[in-house]
Amino acid sequence: MSNYKLDARNSLCPMPVIKTQNKVNELQPGDILEVTCTDPGALSDIPAWCRINGHQIIDTKENNGVVVINLRVGN
Amino acid sequence: MSTPRKAVALISGGLDSLLAAKLMLEQGIHVEGINFYTGFCVEGHTHAIRKKDSKKPKRNNALWSAEQLGIKLHILDIIDEYKDVVINPKHGYGANMNPCLDCKIFMVGKAKQWMQEKGFDFIITGEVIGQRPMSQRKDLLPVVVRESGADDLLLRPLCAQNLAPTLPEREGWVDREKLLAFHGRNRKPQMALAKTFGFEDYASPAGGCCFLTDKNYSNKLIDLWQARNKKEYELDDIMLLKVGRHIRPAPHYKLIVSREDGENKFLNGYRKQFSTIEIKSHNGPLTLVDGELCDEDIKQAARIAARFSQGREADSVTVKFTRLNGEETMLNVPPMSASEIKQEWYV
Repeated sequence: MSNYKLDARNSLCPMPVIKTQNKVNELQPGDILEVTCTDPGALSDIPAWCRINGHQIIDTKENNGVVVINLRVGN
Repeated sequence: MSTPRKAVALISGGLDSLLAAKLMLEQGIHVEGINFYTGFCVEGHTHAIRKKDSKKPKRNNALWSAEQLGIKLHILDIIDEYKDVVINPKHGYGANMNPCLDCKIFMVGKAKQWMQEKGFDFIITGEVIGQRPMSQRKDLLPVVVRESGADDLLLRPLCAQNLAPTLPEREGWVDREKLLAFHGRNRKPQMALAKTFGFEDYASPAGGCCFLTDKNYSNKLIDLWQARNKKEYELDDIMLLKVGRHIRPAPHYKLIVSREDGENKFLNGYRKQFSTIEIKSHNGPLTLVDGELCDEDIKQAARIAARFSQGREADSVTVKFTRLNGEETMLNVPPMSASEIKQEWYV
């Protein structure tokens, strides 16, 4: 299991989701990915994408317009 | 027990594609969705840039549809490939800069490619005969089939009974009798069907999913191409057309003036790509400058930006102009009056 980071700041929906999707496709089940975004919609979209595709949201944080989402890659 | 046949559904986030996919799931077909991001898509998030719209639900409707259906959704970035569709549409544009027929042909063609790569059996769309003037006319539906290369692997469940049977129907993968015969612009049948499936809060039916169908947006795109003297764009170009007031006081430069705080924040992300104008003596918008400005232009641009600040009635407003190389110039300028800003400057 490894930890990875993805910078998706300054991109608007659905680019943060697409960037997350493309990064997750390179990772292994159990890997942790931290995604940083500035589009507040990512707070709903990335968790929705994870639910649909079998990945787990560990936590989400929003501070001063910056959204940080940690997810665990599913099988 | 045999393995279910697999269909890839084009999921736009609207009602029709939601219903088409649901009809296939009801027949035991394994369905996965694909959604294409062209850069011109109208999404809640684009509107959410503007603070006044911040109470609108910030959701991606394609993801929402997939979640309602319980299917996987694959969002494909086709920004670069799609440029040729917008710039050189073989079948021309619709009422504005919308190349709807070429767009549909392109997307179905991409879906076929995806289907083959992933080992799926056929493609479904939510098209309905006669619902839209360009891409869903009865005489043009076969054009999509032919030019996309999808041939009889393209099934349109909502209007299939009005069309010749496709391979999935002829082979008995799906029961044609359970497909529908919707046609025309009347949305009531779709709404009634949505109700039977328990779908509520779906995105506004039909249309409005692409900025290229919008007259104001299309005018800005045409202006961009005219100013550059060539038809080309990058993603940032078409994103910025969605934001702010666009004012072209002279052929060689354009101002993008934010309208409120949300747009200020968004435009702030482009400081490294554009010269900027900030209002220092009053609250006011951030303005991006697209083009090279001489000293007289800077003064004119500063006066225009000042017009949209809270100092619009003041005798003088202090403005900071920052060039792309970081060089700063402070100016004190009288804001333009409303009548001085010519109507034809607004793009």
